[in-house]
Amino acid sequence: MLEWYTMYMPISGVDIFWPGLVLIGFSVGCIGGFFGMGGAWMVTPGLNILGFPMAFAIGTDIAHIAGKSMISTFRHSKFGNVDYKLGCIMIIGTVIGIEIGAQVVMWLERLGTIGPVVRWVYVGLLALICIMVFYDYYKANKKKKAGDVGEHGAEGITWYKTLHRIKIPPMVHFKTAGFTCSAWLPIMVSFLTGILAGFLGIGGGLIRMPALVYLIGCPTHIAVGTDLFEVMISGLYGTFTYGAKGRIEIYAVFVMLMGAAIGAQIGTVATKYAKGYGIRIAFGLAVLACMVSIILKQYGFNTSATVLILGAVGSICVYICWIMFSGAAKELREKKAASH
Amino acid sequence: MRKRLHTLLTLGATVFTVFLPELVRAAGPAAEMLIVVADSRRVSAGWGRYFVDSYNTNPLWFGLEVTIITALMGVTLGLITDQIMKRIGIDLTSRKIVEH
Repeated sequence: MLEWYTMYMPISGVDIFWPGLVLIGFSVGCIGGFFGMGGAWMVTPGLNILGFPMAFAIGTDIAHIAGKSMISTFRHSKFGNVDYKLGCIMIIGTVIGIEIGAQVVMWLERLGTIGPVVRWVYVGLLALICIMVFYDYYKANKKKKAGDVGEHGAEGITWYKTLHRIKIPPMVHFKTAGFTCSAWLPIMVSFLTGILAGFLGIGGGLIRMPALVYLIGCPTHIAVGTDLFEVMISGLYGTFTYGAKGRIEIYAVFVMLMGAAIGAQIGTVATKYAKGYGIRIAFGLAVLACMVSIILKQYGFNTSATVLILGAVGSICVYICWIMFSGAAKELREKKAASH
Repeated sequence: MRKRLHTLLTLGATVFTVFLPELVRAAGPAAEMLIVVADSRRVSAGWGRYFVDSYNTNPLWFGLEVTIITALMGVTLGLITDQIMKRIGIDLTSRKIVEH
């Protein structure tokens, strides 16, 4: 007999614990809206644990990511966090880069060395992102103590300042992001991050977000919003192509989006109350958890890897909710005090 | 000038259409050929039956349906949750950018 907490999925033919789907949707909505990424690396293992066959887990994941990225992008857009011009320019580089990355994978497949190479490059890249994020924080802290504070506060790594000196035409002004640079800079950066994403078989938000901050020079909040815009476009196309291949469980997408809609609003509004470095550090911790889980998987500790991922997702989610609710409460208190 | 712009736009659109599937495919491991038929015996009527029939008979149409419904759900749920957030009473149109 079916209990109230299970739901029959007509396409994949499995009974699923639906509150689990709502919870996954909520968590990833929260984290995606806050960090500006799709979060496929969190959702796919979660869906698989709930009982979805892997083929359906990937497609369903992409459809859900498309829906929740729309919600987050619209909300970020109202905050002025999306630079559409930058997003559109970057899509060109990303698409071509991913194609080249995928070709490299096929070449390595022919050589028969694909598995370990991809995994260790992934681990190396995540380690690099972690080191960069934490070193940046350390440097910014040092500058703050020394009184070296700019327009938006102290900044650690400023590689983008050097890259902005490249004046190859056409020069483009990105009004929302607030800088002018050669159009080739975002194209080349998105091209390189695209190659890596294609090579590693991931959506790319995990690499693109720090690249937008450190190499292109976007303020953290705008990097988050602009990255989500890219995730939304690729996610919608992904929904169509995976749907046509029969890999999407449409009911699961509905249920997950219910949770994701609330999570995406909380995650996005939380960025209003978080400082750029708060977002960067939490992002660094998420990347660290992802890296350790891959190492664990590499050595056969699959359960530990899953526990680590879900534990990290849960903790970061609680942290984001805390930022949002405490920030909103403070704002309301201040409004009330001002009106009296 | 206009002709050149047209050529560039056409070229851009072609590159975009040709390469975009790779962007999506890279989101997960390449799936092996798999023919799945949804079991229509457990869903007798309603939307469930409609989606199962659509899935079994016309995959392309099913893909299109899922995309449109996902986008519509995203917009609808976004608007509903937006209204809920507005009722809290916080300012949802501006924010300060402070890095540190």
